[in-house]
Amino acid sequence: MRHRSATTESPWVRRLLIGVAVFIISVFLLLPLAAVFAEAFRKGWEIFLASLHEEAALSAIKLTLIAAGISVPLNTLFGVSAAWLITKFRFRGRSFLLALIDLPFAVSPVIAGLVWVLLFGAKGWLGPWLEQHDIRIIFALPGIVIATMFVTFPFVARELIPLMETQGSDQEEAAIILGARGWQVFFRVTLPNIKWGLLYGVLLCNARAMGEFGAVSVVSGHIRGETNTLPLHVEVLYNEYQFSAAFACATLLAFLALVTLGIKSAVEHLTGHQSSNHQ
Amino acid sequence: MKKLKLFALISSLLVTSALADELLNASYDPTREFYQEFNSAFAKQWKQQTGKSLRVKQSHGGSGKQARSVIDGLSADVVTLALSGDIDSIAQQANLLPKDWQAKFPNNSSPYTSTIVFVVRKGNPKGIKDWGDLIQSGTKVITPNPKTSGGARWNYLAAWAYAARKFGGDQAKVKEYIRALYQNVPVLDTGARGSTTTFAQRGLGDVLLSWENEAHLIEKEFPGKTQIIIPSISILAEPPVAVVEKNAKKHGTEELAKAYLAYLYSEEAQDIAGRNFYRPRSAAALAKWSQNFPKINLVTIDQEFGGWVKAQKIHFDDGGTFDQVYSKR
Repeated sequence: MRHRSATTESPWVRRLLIGVAVFIISVFLLLPLAAVFAEAFRKGWEIFLASLHEEAALSAIKLTLIAAGISVPLNTLFGVSAAWLITKFRFRGRSFLLALIDLPFAVSPVIAGLVWVLLFGAKGWLGPWLEQHDIRIIFALPGIVIATMFVTFPFVARELIPLMETQGSDQEEAAIILGARGWQVFFRVTLPNIKWGLLYGVLLCNARAMGEFGAVSVVSGHIRGETNTLPLHVEVLYNEYQFSAAFACATLLAFLALVTLGIKSAVEHLTGHQSSNHQ
Repeated sequence: MKKLKLFALISSLLVTSALADELLNASYDPTREFYQEFNSAFAKQWKQQTGKSLRVKQSHGGSGKQARSVIDGLSADVVTLALSGDIDSIAQQANLLPKDWQAKFPNNSSPYTSTIVFVVRKGNPKGIKDWGDLIQSGTKVITPNPKTSGGARWNYLAAWAYAARKFGGDQAKVKEYIRALYQNVPVLDTGARGSTTTFAQRGLGDVLLSWENEAHLIEKEFPGKTQIIIPSISILAEPPVAVVEKNAKKHGTEELAKAYLAYLYSEEAQDIAGRNFYRPRSAAALAKWSQNFPKINLVTIDQEFGGWVKAQKIHFDDGGTFDQVYSKR
């Protein structure tokens, strides 16, 4: 018996399309990835390990983890509450809020950094007041965290809103009729329904938080061993002709991306969803 | 109990940071290697003198960009930039140091000098010998953006000085030359190091207008790939240093910052400068490294352009000659 194909295209068209897709993926995704690892290990394991163990690199790793460690939980909290608000209630300004959440996606990262310099810089709106009280935001950890938060702001909310929209609020209404109270509804009904989507959003948010370059570059001040995050440190090393060290740090970022993708596919596998359903 | 442990941890962190002196040096792009070496030499000296260990933190970038950062609140104790105009703007716009800062250290507060040379591909395939060759059609010139980079401004003025002599001071012809030159520039990086990477690593362009020290660094990092061409005329670049007094006062590092910059004039530091291809002020160090520094016909910013304040205004501020030639590309 002949297999019935889902599409009507002839086999050679299919093969051609598959070939094109595979070619593009190899050239644009696999080749650069391979190049990063090849460059990193070109001078051997010792140099690779040494460049990750160096003081400035360790401080960059630490700073990246701190920045992501603060901004991801806060954005998760915000994302869940915003998605909850937007999908379960109807109120004036709802669509405005929805558009506002997308703002960081629409704005160039450089602008996302510059607005904080305009606000908190010594010549900025709040600059003189901050200086009087000896509070440092720009060119220090708070500025880096704020810029990271701004850029990664939409990820969790954007992931949850379509999901919660399709789920509707029937189950919550049923729970309330059965006597559940506000928090009980959230933890017993809403959260279990959205947990995979939430995890997916948090992963994306984290990947971007650790990898953000543009906005952080503007507010960092590039102080070696103090305000350079991992992506900035990679640039510094590259500019100092320490190519192996630069790519060694880049592999850390690439490795992080691969782990994120791994967890993401595991999540998809567990839920039996395709990623397109989340979008 | 847990709280106590946390308290102990925090206080131990505070104590260690109080024991070691810290200093933040905001510098321009090509000085990375020089200050790395100088910082450890000075830290040794400081330990001997005061018994305290010292950690010098570095921030590097295009000179104009760094000045902008200090104005915006980057709390550098000292600035070591590419040209005095950038430190002038810190003094004018943010009042972080007195307007007469340049009189605080010897030699116009410039402990070392440099100049602008050409770097071409090995064998000089385009036959570039002097400034006039840069405007041939099909020659790609790499130089950073004069708005953000100090080196780029020295490049620009050196080219201007050449053209002013060639055309007997005819402004229109000088501008025409500069316009033709920048028509041959495919990309303006923000800093000198960016341009170096564009030329040496990414392989773009036929000639790089470069700091003399940066040119030698390229030869070291990419042996056998490039060669240095000395043009018929260039400019004496005096990269100045200054204590950002308001910041240093706030951090209580005034003495340290002063000692740090003063040490740049010591024989040891001058020797390090010579080794890193900066022209030392000290006669002894200059003699020792003289093989690195060919005699070049150099004009100065004061004689040729009436000082940085004037040059900045005429050439690089909004609507200056650079804007005029670059916007009409």
